[in-house]
Amino acid sequence: MEKPVLLTIKGMQIEGRSGDAWHPIIKGVDLTLHKGEVLGLIGESGAGKSTLGLAAMGFARDGCRISGGTIDFDGIDLRTAPEAARRGLRGKRIAYVAQSAAASFNPAHKLIDQYCEGPVVHGVMSREKAEADAVELYRRMRLPNPEEIGFRYPHQVSGGQLQRAMTAMAMACRPDLIIFDEPTTALDVTTQIEVLAAIRDIVRQFGTAAIYITHDLAVVAQMADRIKVLLRGDEVEEADTRSMLAAPREDYTKSLWAVRSFARTEQPPATGTPVVSVRNVTAAYGTVDVLKNVSFDIHARRTVAVVGESGSGKSTTARVITGLLSPRKGEVLFNGKPLPPSFKARSREELRQCQMIYQMADTALNPKLRLRELIGRPAEMYLGLKGKALETRIRDLLALIELEPDKYIDRLPGELSGGQKQRIGIARALAAEPQLIICDEVTSALDQIVQEGILKLLDRLQGELNLAYMFITHDLATVKSIADEVVVMQHGAVVERGPKAELFADPKEDYTNLLLSSVPEMDPDWLNRLLAERGELA
Amino acid sequence: MAPAGSACRGLSANAAQRPQGKNNGKRGDGMNDIWRMIGQRLLLGVLTLFIISVVIFGATELLPGDLARELLGQSATEETLAALREQLGLNDPAPLRYWNWLTGVLQGDFGVSMATQKPISELVGTRLGNTLFLALYAAALSVPLSLLLGVLAALWRNSIFDRASNALALTAISFPEFFVAYILVLWLAQTGIFPSMVRITSATTTGDLLYSAFLPALTLTLVVTAHMMRMTRAAIINLLASPYIEMARLKGMSPMRVVLRHAVPNALAPIINVVALNLAYLITGVVVVEVVFVYPGLGQLMIDAVTNRDIAVVQAIALIFAAAYVLLNLLADVLSTITNPRLMHRK
Repeated sequence: MEKPVLLTIKGMQIEGRSGDAWHPIIKGVDLTLHKGEVLGLIGESGAGKSTLGLAAMGFARDGCRISGGTIDFDGIDLRTAPEAARRGLRGKRIAYVAQSAAASFNPAHKLIDQYCEGPVVHGVMSREKAEADAVELYRRMRLPNPEEIGFRYPHQVSGGQLQRAMTAMAMACRPDLIIFDEPTTALDVTTQIEVLAAIRDIVRQFGTAAIYITHDLAVVAQMADRIKVLLRGDEVEEADTRSMLAAPREDYTKSLWAVRSFARTEQPPATGTPVVSVRNVTAAYGTVDVLKNVSFDIHARRTVAVVGESGSGKSTTARVITGLLSPRKGEVLFNGKPLPPSFKARSREELRQCQMIYQMADTALNPKLRLRELIGRPAEMYLGLKGKALETRIRDLLALIELEPDKYIDRLPGELSGGQKQRIGIARALAAEPQLIICDEVTSALDQIVQEGILKLLDRLQGELNLAYMFITHDLATVKSIADEVVVMQHGAVVERGPKAELFADPKEDYTNLLLSSVPEMDPDWLNRLLAERGELA
Repeated sequence: MAPAGSACRGLSANAAQRPQGKNNGKRGDGMNDIWRMIGQRLLLGVLTLFIISVVIFGATELLPGDLARELLGQSATEETLAALREQLGLNDPAPLRYWNWLTGVLQGDFGVSMATQKPISELVGTRLGNTLFLALYAAALSVPLSLLLGVLAALWRNSIFDRASNALALTAISFPEFFVAYILVLWLAQTGIFPSMVRITSATTTGDLLYSAFLPALTLTLVVTAHMMRMTRAAIINLLASPYIEMARLKGMSPMRVVLRHAVPNALAPIINVVALNLAYLITGVVVVEVVFVYPGLGQLMIDAVTNRDIAVVQAIALIFAAAYVLLNLLADVLSTITNPRLMHRK
């Protein structure tokens, strides 16, 4: 027998303002959710997942408005209900779990004060009772020190723990519905598993209905009973999880499934002098060693992926190579010759040889400069190009990254999409004609289809320009598709390194194994199986 | 607001009950950091004051005119002038005079006013009291007013209220102080509601003083409110786009509670700093207002001293003004640190 319906959204239309005009974000989507059911909403960024999720709370972000359709939550029309009534529902009967718990907890208050705020203000329970309840839920979310942890400030708690604390907070009033908005996207794979398991258990224990928003298919496969696919504000298709995974009907859904098919042709093991050679590097921030005896080589035309969780020392290694951080011990060789430890002591030629591409293309590009200047500056500074030669070079670079020069040369970064911005980041690095490019999580902020485009571009450029890549990432799917060699880092030390195929097929170290097995798979039973294997409560 | 109150009480009760574990040690670290910071800043403050004292001394050296002639008048003979210069030590080289002055100041002796022959500490003492009274009076009016207006303007941003309070505050700050003062005199003193001059005698009661100093205090309030109000508004609005503000709204909190409990605590650092800056201005920037209302404060005294070439008095007052700035800025830094959990409670 089907459970009673909790939420019905019909013909939902939501518009966003840009300048004076309103443009549609959600174009007439229907959604039905039964009590205790988990619905997965997937799609790329800009598909309107979060906007639709928030609309289920009768909420539109500033600059957005709900312009059509109905929202019926358990018999209450959220569109016509007065704001005070909607406020009375939010947090009490419909709760929200945000993507970045670190940013969504108020830094000025302790966790437990933020937990208790909802129940106390909504008059559900007294402060004393709410506190006792918080400890109980912290325990159920398997937070360490449930008695203590609430009395910490958000900055004193790790990201994965914060995300669980936020789920506990959403549960505080025992709502009928929780909107999970990409709750594990910002987490490491190993942490993600704990959070996923905790979320799934607690939702089941309390019979809470949930809308689970994510762009990660493998994650949604573990969490949802049904999946709805969105594309640019429209529904593509909806089906229960198993049939959707087994037989997606629409081409777009199939393309999402097939995205990770890109794999570059494997290169033979490299010989000769490596472009860059990190030798026994130990480095510290202050008195704390953050890198411990790190060594690896990168050869021309090869990609070395440096993987590990946040805080494992991946980016610090890049800082040592670029000279932003001088090592305490060890050295960095470039084509066999030692580089001065600090960038200040390096020659312009040495600086030119090693360029970086950053994770957040948004913040890595000066928003006030046109592409002409963004790409032109390094070409002018390192290679002394001027006038006509410079113009030609900028146009060549734009063509190289597959952006039409005439159309884009005078644009500002704000006028580009995320993927295009990242391409500009690549062009800026190429402008210096380097031998080594350090790619720091360059695809993490991008959608999967866009990611694939960037990876293909990087692969093609490597072949054409003889580049060496150091590819920093926590995403093992990316590693699988682009790396020749893999360096696994943990707590500032290299755990294991070797050719990709070997390492993936036969990891020698426990940690490598843990990392590899933590990558979610499309199989809906994957999480159960894994938890059972690891001997945890399934 | 009842829930906020009870939440706070619950919080402090629980903080007290916490077992004496790690957390308390961390809290202690935060306080130790504060004491260390206060110590460092006080040392820096002393250094700043020393540099300022050199600058003040140098600047007064540049003032034209001759103190001896100023004291004795145009008819004095060269001999009497020379004798007086000798007596006052005016013939000593500047570094020596500076040294004598500085050692005196360090012992609390600012010297003797050459115009009135009274000890400067005595002269300055009562005036400083008067100036501090006026500054506190104006602060008591302007700080709550501007914080309230700032919070409300942020809450009802882009509303009529927001625009009107902004426009009024900007109008008030755009006019020169003396103009504001004269307008107030025209409106409120000519009609006999408030006195336009402040007379302070030993018989003046605090009530009388509050009444008679109302117009200067109001003038100062009008001058400083805009800055504090706009900063408060901007600091809060700046935070309203934060994810934790959206979270608070999605928890069903009222707009007032979102602003007061979720935005304001995070906006305190810039607000505290702008308040401190304006308080310092209330102490040191009152010169014009004191002159207009004939208020017997430090500003008036300084003007008189400059006119009379009473260098020692000018130096003493300038040093007091500088010390006020240093101390208030130190206070602002300490308060900003204390209100920031990230600095008070380390990982």
